[in-house]
Amino acid sequence: MIEISHVDKWYSPSFQVLTDCTTSVTKGEVVVVCGPSGSGKSTLIKCVNALEPFQKGDISVDGTKVNDPRTNLPKLRSRVGMVFQHFELFPHLKIIDNLCLAQQKVLDRSRDKAMAKGMQLLERVGLKEQAQKFPANLSGGQQQRVAIARALAMDPIVMLFDEPTSALDPEMVSEVLDVMVDLAHEGMTMMVVTHEMGFARKVANRVIFMDRGEIVEDAPKDDFFGKPRSDRAQKFLSKILSH
Amino acid sequence: MFSNFDFEVVRRSLPYLFYEGMTFTVTLTALSALGGLIFGTAIALMRLSGFKILGRIAGVYVDFMRSLPLVLVIFWFYFLVPYIGQWVTGASRPISVGAFASSLITFIMFEAAYFSEIMRAGIQSISRGQPAAANALGLTYAQTMRYVVLPQAFRNMLPVLITQTIVLFQDTSLVYVLSITDFLGAASKVAQRDGRLVEMYLFAAIVYFTISCVASFGVRRLQARIAIIR
Ligand SMILES: Nc1ncnc2c1ncn2[C@@H]1O[C@H](COP(=O)(O)OP(=O)(O)OP(=O)(O)O)[C@@H](O)[C@H]1O
Ligand SMILES: [Mg+2]
Repeated sequence: MIEISHVDKWYSPSFQVLTDCTTSVTKGEVVVVCGPSGSGKSTLIKCVNALEPFQKGDISVDGTKVNDPRTNLPKLRSRVGMVFQHFELFPHLKIIDNLCLAQQKVLDRSRDKAMAKGMQLLERVGLKEQAQKFPANLSGGQQQRVAIARALAMDPIVMLFDEPTSALDPEMVSEVLDVMVDLAHEGMTMMVVTHEMGFARKVANRVIFMDRGEIVEDAPKDDFFGKPRSDRAQKFLSKILSH
Repeated sequence: MFSNFDFEVVRRSLPYLFYEGMTFTVTLTALSALGGLIFGTAIALMRLSGFKILGRIAGVYVDFMRSLPLVLVIFWFYFLVPYIGQWVTGASRPISVGAFASSLITFIMFEAAYFSEIMRAGIQSISRGQPAAANALGLTYAQTMRYVVLPQAFRNMLPVLITQTIVLFQDTSLVYVLSITDFLGAASKVAQRDGRLVEMYLFAAIVYFTISCVASFGVRRLQARIAIIR
């Protein structure tokens, strides 16, 4: 579903963020990406839907090369759901309109169809009553669930998550993770940047560990938690598991 | 001192002052603000676009407009537009452009420079995550601007935009150089005709002052409300 091969990215000639990153996510797979702050996790995941350009290598999603100038990027992105650390709901639009905007403008769905789909997804994430409110009136956990619903409204073939719970108060983390676990169980293909190792243990197929722009470790979940091969991954794991 | 003032002249000329003068002033202000906002937004988008040349052109335009006294622009434009029109359309004689059209174009072009700076600040105040989220949903650049970035930028900048419009409202009085009958022009005509300069100009000042004051007060209340929404 996602093929990443030999991707290099520089933010400036002297600063390389990604070095020879190669990995893939197959259909129905859940891959968790972790690693220390600044290691390039967000950058890598943003390369997948071309929110960030990269200078070398190739990434393709469902057979479409994202770094091909002939690729219709809006169309490709509409099939790749993305959830951000800071939710990024549109503050000037009501919750339901947050869910309808792209459905109507990108997928050309009628208002009625978009509304029906939107309400169905809000119900699914347990927020049907909030449809007419504005994002600022919702808690962080609620906003993130709306953001997930907004992405799902486009019927994506794959979902990308960039630290979806790290901006949340601790008591709201689980309500968001529950939605993500359900998604994973339904067979959604997911690439998730997160430090929630409980989530990784529960649903991940593979875990990728990044450090200084490199994919240091890319292993099936059990191998990763069992005995990470690299020193750096071991250190990182013991650090985040200790609290 | 007020004993030999004749405020009756003000009362008598009220219909003229407001139906003719104020209507013109308000129309010119509203249309200029609208046109200035549209062109200003376009200029702001040019400046913020990744294209260096576009940005340069827009930047030079803004700097140029902002370094000229408005009254000169109005004056020169009135004389130049007929010839520019002739050149553009290839007509054999200068195109005749009414004083209203000429001053409207001038104000739109002039205000566009100021509005563009406001909108630019407004657009830059939106976090990068917003357009990223819109793009991630598949919205194109134009759709992202139209539905996500500009509505927020406009809302955030509304108080400043209105304040600038109040300034514009006062600045429209400069069309007197084209002897147009705007509010001040109308007051001045009556003043000259009846020899009641002090009364008429005093009254005009009070009217400009009152309208601007009320509008400013409205802006402050609006600001407080926007602060709550955010
Ligand atoms: N637009 C940018 N321009 C220049 N440098 C950037 C830019 N965005 C990120 N960086 C740098 O690139 C490096 C990797 O950033 P990235 O956001 O991908 O890290 P991350 O692994 O997601 O970290 P975190 O856990 O803090 O989110 C960091 O050193 C960051 O400072
Ligand atoms: Mg990050």
